[in-house]
Amino acid sequence: MSTEVKPRQTVGPAVTAPAPPPAVRRKSPYPYWFCLPAAVIFFVFFVVPTFSSFFFSLTRWDLTTWEFIGLDNYVNFFQESALLTSLKNTLIYAVVTCGLKVVLGMLLALLLTSQIIARGFLRSVVFFPVLVSTIGVGLTFQVLMDPSGLINDGLALVGINGPAWLVDPKTALLSVALVDVWKGVGLATVIFIAGIVSIPREYFEAAAVDGASAFQRFRRIILPLSRPATTTVIILALIGGLRSFDLIWAMTRGGPGFTSDVIASVIYKQYQAGFYGLSTAGNVVLFILVTAIVFPLFRYFARQEVDL
Amino acid sequence: MRTKTHLWLGILGIVLFVIVFLVPFAFILFTAAKTQTEAGELQFSLPTTWALLQNFRDALAARDYMLVIAFINSTILTVVSITILVVLSAMVAYVVQRRQSRWNGVINFLVLCGLIIPPAVVPTVWVLQSLGLFKTLGGLIFIEVAFGLSFCILLFRAFVATIPRDLDEAAIIDGAGPVRVFFKVIFPLLKSVIVTVVIVQSVVIFNDFANPLYFLPGDENATVQLTVFNFQSQFSTQYNLLFADILLITIPPLLLFLFLNRRIVEGMTAGAVKG
Repeated sequence: MSTEVKPRQTVGPAVTAPAPPPAVRRKSPYPYWFCLPAAVIFFVFFVVPTFSSFFFSLTRWDLTTWEFIGLDNYVNFFQESALLTSLKNTLIYAVVTCGLKVVLGMLLALLLTSQIIARGFLRSVVFFPVLVSTIGVGLTFQVLMDPSGLINDGLALVGINGPAWLVDPKTALLSVALVDVWKGVGLATVIFIAGIVSIPREYFEAAAVDGASAFQRFRRIILPLSRPATTTVIILALIGGLRSFDLIWAMTRGGPGFTSDVIASVIYKQYQAGFYGLSTAGNVVLFILVTAIVFPLFRYFARQEVDL
Repeated sequence: MRTKTHLWLGILGIVLFVIVFLVPFAFILFTAAKTQTEAGELQFSLPTTWALLQNFRDALAARDYMLVIAFINSTILTVVSITILVVLSAMVAYVVQRRQSRWNGVINFLVLCGLIIPPAVVPTVWVLQSLGLFKTLGGLIFIEVAFGLSFCILLFRAFVATIPRDLDEAAIIDGAGPVRVFFKVIFPLLKSVIVTVVIVQSVVIFNDFANPLYFLPGDENATVQLTVFNFQSQFSTQYNLLFADILLITIPPLLLFLFLNRRIVEGMTAGAVKG
């Protein structure tokens, strides 16, 4: 980006000159060099690593010397069943957390925009976990989700025999996903609340005159008119879910075995083990996964908006 | 009749909310206040003897006051990163919003990329190492700035659009250069969005775990989120200190939340309604 901005800054005035008289337009009061410091930092610490990851994922590498080995890292990645599991887990995790955040966030938002008592207090309570350290939440729930911990004690009170949560390979990933939802649903809720509150009152008044039921009101007014909020929640939750690392690392470190590993945790494990090329290949896989899912979604939602 | 159902619904809601959202925090507080043996039982109960202050002191003093150093590191990291972020992203947002040209498309695309693309871990380590910034607080500050720019630019740009152009033009006619126009006229007007950006980003950076883990390893450089982990491995049975640590690092966001809840919600939902 910096290289693109610089030439503009010097030749810019000359290029834009034809339209207005040059005397007035000699120097824009909004110079592009204002973007330069940000551009340099963004370029050096984000763009360069992103582009070089494509190259380094094709090498065996120890940060100083590298040896080109073609697609070996990717072959490794897709042959190792533990690494393939991480790919599957990433998708499951993202879809489950995103789906639950949308559904529960919408339900909570409906509840918290209705005429219930202590509304402000409840809104705050739902939102607070968003601000708390992910690691702190993870370690706390690791204790609470112990097979004989507080959660299973509580479930036993109402006659439910709780699962073994993080210890059971079958439930470990979903348990972490549930905690992710617990921590993140507050953000989805406040976004939905903002969307619902911005719907003009006339619609509800008209619906009341027509004798619409509560469900019809939701189906025909709230749902379509809070679509931008829904879009935001889906995209934020998907990006967060696909990249998720902190919570999984705090709660299971990918275990038991590799059953709750996601790509982000594999990237870190391979990095720690010194397999820099393989770790970077994991990064590229994650990059492709995220862009292949999120960019088309962006475009799809953008088109929907125009149709409305 | 109707108000009565609402009342009951409300009470039921409060009870459920308290169980689901507040009991975990009560558990943190209670366990952090227990003695070591009692905390080890991991029961949800009031501590028989309150040892909260003693546990705080022990947690802070452990491993040569590592947590104290971590608090200092995290404070420096948060304050410096946010200062740079606010100034730089406001400058970008100002120019991009005021000046319509083909570069805007490029900048918008880069902002979008910054929001979506997961940063590449090892290549970033490589860049930091080449610049001699790996394992330095300065390096991590650049990283936080680079990763936070996109979100801040979005917030600032939406706000700059609400400031009338007449103001810049008046200042320009008075003979002010671009730098003076921006810093003397525009920047002060951004105050309310600056507050929002500062709050949201300080929560993000203070709570950041992955970036310090990758780019600032080493005990002497620890930031607060990493101390929790070091505690866990060292005091695998000292749950009272582990939770005292968790409680201590939850206090700064809690304070922000108590005083500025509305501002935070505002910042995090910004743009959501417009899409």
